[in-house]
Amino acid sequence: MNAPLRLTAGGRIDRTRRLEFSFDGRTYRGYAGDTLASALLAGGVHLMGRSFKYHRPRGPIAAGVEEPNALVTVRRDAGRCTPNLRATQVELYEGLRASSQNRWPSLRFDLGALNDLLAPFIPAGFYYKTFMWPRRAWAALYEPRIRAAAGLGHAPRAADPDRYATRFAHCDVLVVGAGPAGLAAAGAAAELGARVILCDEQSEAGGSLLAASPAGAERPGGFAADAWIEEQLRGLRVRPNVRLLTRTTAFGYFPHNAVALNERLTDHLADPPADLPRERQWQVRAREVVLACGAIERPLVFPGNDRPGIILADAARTWLHRYAVLPGTRAVLVTGCDAAYQTALDLARAGVDVACIADTRPEPQAAARALAEDIPVLNAARVRHTEGRLRVTAIALEGRSAGQAVRMLQPCDLVLMSGGYTPSLHLHSQARGNLRWSGALQCFLPAESRERVRSAGACRGVLTLDAALRDGREAGAAAARAALARDGVRPGPPPAAAPPAEEPAGAAVDAASPHGRGRAFVDWQNDVTSKDLALAVREGFRSIEHVKRYTTTGMATDQGKTSNLNALGIVARVLGSSPPEVGLTTFRMPYNPVSFGAFAGTARGELFDPVRVTPMHPWAEAQGAVFEDVGLWKRARYFPRAGEDLHAAVARECRAVRAGCGLFDASTLGKIEVVGRDAVNFLNRLYVNSFDSLEPGRCRYGVLLRDDGFIYDDGVIARLAADRFHVTTTTGGAPRVLALMEDYLQTEWPELKVWLTSTTEQWAVLAVQGPRAREVLQGLSDIPLGGEALPHMSVASGFIGGVPLRLFRVSFTGELGYELNVPADFGLSLWERLWERGRAYGMCAYGTESMHVLRAEKGYVIVGQDTDGTVTPDDAGLGWAIGKKKPDFLGRRSLSRAALRAPERRQLVGLLTLEPQRVLEEGAQVMAQDGASSPARPLGFVTSSYFSAVLGRSIALGLVSGGRARTGQTLYVPAPGGTLPVQVASPVFYDPSGARLHG
Amino acid sequence: MLLIDCPYCGERPEPEFAYGGQAHVARPARPAEASDEAWADYLYFRRNTRGLHAERWRHIRGCGRFFNALRDTRTDHFLGTYKIGAPPPPLADT
Repeated sequence: MNAPLRLTAGGRIDRTRRLEFSFDGRTYRGYAGDTLASALLAGGVHLMGRSFKYHRPRGPIAAGVEEPNALVTVRRDAGRCTPNLRATQVELYEGLRASSQNRWPSLRFDLGALNDLLAPFIPAGFYYKTFMWPRRAWAALYEPRIRAAAGLGHAPRAADPDRYATRFAHCDVLVVGAGPAGLAAAGAAAELGARVILCDEQSEAGGSLLAASPAGAERPGGFAADAWIEEQLRGLRVRPNVRLLTRTTAFGYFPHNAVALNERLTDHLADPPADLPRERQWQVRAREVVLACGAIERPLVFPGNDRPGIILADAARTWLHRYAVLPGTRAVLVTGCDAAYQTALDLARAGVDVACIADTRPEPQAAARALAEDIPVLNAARVRHTEGRLRVTAIALEGRSAGQAVRMLQPCDLVLMSGGYTPSLHLHSQARGNLRWSGALQCFLPAESRERVRSAGACRGVLTLDAALRDGREAGAAAARAALARDGVRPGPPPAAAPPAEEPAGAAVDAASPHGRGRAFVDWQNDVTSKDLALAVREGFRSIEHVKRYTTTGMATDQGKTSNLNALGIVARVLGSSPPEVGLTTFRMPYNPVSFGAFAGTARGELFDPVRVTPMHPWAEAQGAVFEDVGLWKRARYFPRAGEDLHAAVARECRAVRAGCGLFDASTLGKIEVVGRDAVNFLNRLYVNSFDSLEPGRCRYGVLLRDDGFIYDDGVIARLAADRFHVTTTTGGAPRVLALMEDYLQTEWPELKVWLTSTTEQWAVLAVQGPRAREVLQGLSDIPLGGEALPHMSVASGFIGGVPLRLFRVSFTGELGYELNVPADFGLSLWERLWERGRAYGMCAYGTESMHVLRAEKGYVIVGQDTDGTVTPDDAGLGWAIGKKKPDFLGRRSLSRAALRAPERRQLVGLLTLEPQRVLEEGAQVMAQDGASSPARPLGFVTSSYFSAVLGRSIALGLVSGGRARTGQTLYVPAPGGTLPVQVASPVFYDPSGARLHG
Repeated sequence: MLLIDCPYCGERPEPEFAYGGQAHVARPARPAEASDEAWADYLYFRRNTRGLHAERWRHIRGCGRFFNALRDTRTDHFLGTYKIGAPPPPLADT
């Protein structure tokens, strides 16, 4: 395929590197330095997409980030397939494969274009009004159909195989945008010795100068633009205090001058090296920020302004000068300001037949320049309509020429629009910067901000080159001085720069003839027309934020970069208000779409979250244990033998513990060492229990409340010495219990001499439980195990095989039990030793599921399962733990509140199904009546429910209103297949006297 | 991402810290003598300030210490941080 519209000379493309690529399966040629859009235009292709709603044929209107129409999918393979890329931002590489979107069966012939014929019936918000009935059809039928018909590209189904990196950086001055103002700012800041980061979203620095007209006035400091850019870059590159990042978009501005940058490293490469991440997200903390983000040209609103071939004048300038592409052969310029005249003249000089300039102003001064080149100018011009299906073929104009009213139908294949420039305020606005309306420029300009940020150049309305360079230099120097003067980032905004002198640049929103026909588009990407906006206002939407949501103007990938200000102008006019009164919608990050991978960085797969494993984990893994996640921990849930499912394994494990002996890994229990002169006082103030009477060598079951009186955590607390306690917590509760302890110690009772140390991971904990536990352990350590030497709820320190041992006589199963704490590194070897020795005693390894069943048989609560943050000790049947003589502890005052003493409070009870083989569902409601008429207030709910193999029946715990007084009553629990009657019982189902604990 | 000046360690980024709620909420010295109303006030009622807010932070992934800060909730800017038990810094120079 030829490139008939490519010039033989000029531009920044590399004509020595020809590239072949495909679009919708057809092969085209371009050059290194091209974008997908510029290469297609060179091949005469303007039609690159179909619009979102009406499926209208569309071509690119812009040459950069603001492009709303030319959305394409670029595919390398099944996992590397990126939809909704702007063809104007896709850099060409050899073999690039791109395809258009939202069309079927083809881009040229799209059946979805039927929507365009239905347009009168589907104005803004039509789906909110039309698809109301039947209600259920919305989710099942309407929404999926509408989404399929109104579309963007499709995300790939395969996992993303690429790597993404994250980097943190600090600098004195961050300069966003390497156009003329940004380069000047970076240079000035660097000269003063500031550490500078300069980033630009494009493939090379230069900004608007990359498309400077060789014939125009864009000669920075008297140099040709190319030479000036080169000179600036040379100056920056030799400085060690400057980092220049291209292909790097500053997409978000966060408090305290934190700016997020997205650097794309491989998307422009035909064959990316395997060691490069695809993207890198920079989190930059800058002492000062200079925004030199430039400005974006506004389209004009006139009927039929969306046909392929109708483009922004600035885009034509870029394609002509940067890419050496003629965007058409016969052109008409429709403009409301002077800026585009130079482009029209340059196009004419390059061989384009510029048929006419239609200027919306009554007496444009610039007209003389065009007339001197024999280009006719229509004054006070308006557009009546345009013609052409897949490409514009003619434009109908009216206006005045030589004092005469004129009406004409001008054949053309290119229409340039220029409605003035909109400064890019996105980052300034995200930095909580205020805006100021400029009547002369018909746009908002940045005003003061709370962040240490300043704008320079076109993004603050300084639109001429010399002024922008001066503005950039001044901003860069001021930022550097401010950054270097301070030794830390301090609050407060920088002194505001003087507002720029306003030039009467001229601007226009509306170029539509009152006699025009056809839709005038405001937002190309969302197919929002001026009529849609007027309709929204007529229907009562006043706030610009509501108009945006109702009409969808300013949404999707371009976030209204070309449309927002025009939409604002139209809404203001319909409201009879003014743009500054109506105001802009909020600018949100990201400025330009950023891939999810860049946000995830390395936090995916195994690295998504830390995984905590106990010292005995490898043994459990080798035994084929099934694990469950408890917080970040992996815990062995059960140890199935061949052919066993969960229930069979748990039944076997539970029987083994009750009949002989079981071995359990309890290492994940939280452990906090509480040490110091005031340790006992401290624990007395925290826990409901009294520890004064606890002798060294003894343990107590502790209950911890918050000050609101509800159970927060529980655990065994062992007194090792007068001033030393070994406190255990629930597995999930360890961090928050330590945080709560630190909070009170540091902020409420700083006078207490207490030190807190988390020892959770220092100790491996091996629980040996069951009637034969003592036999298994007999003689293994230097600690005597006799009933009197080490009674239930006691602790002793000693050695086992030369390793330090804290031996607890405690039980969470209701059987004779020991918990051996040894330094974590010795956990696995001790486990293997116990396992070897336990064989002779029928020892069985059991997991958390059996642990749950065994404790439920005994009615032991699990905080967080049988309690939910609204349960008092009395509710849970733990009132006995409260130290009655203590004047205070956390939550004590709350327990005396009337609501916490009410007899109808939910209390923990046992629930026994009348059919013993039926197991209740955890979380099921407990009802007073069978089949109660709805709505009936439940009495409570089931918190724990299991089948107990030892008891041969199901057991359950539940919180039931006034539950203990209901013992013996029959209540009802809904279950799949019908309500189950249950009898309220004691929560202790097994060994109610506790005799087995004492072995 | 806020930049927070830990009085013990200096300026560190927000992910190193845990927020600790409103500062200077003292636990009644004798809770048993507190009225239901005073106790509920202590437990549940917090300011929802638009403007200057004294609040607690903990440098949980650093030194582990609690400290207080004055933050303007409208702008997220800190006017100062100070140690537990110390008075808030004077605001004259802001």
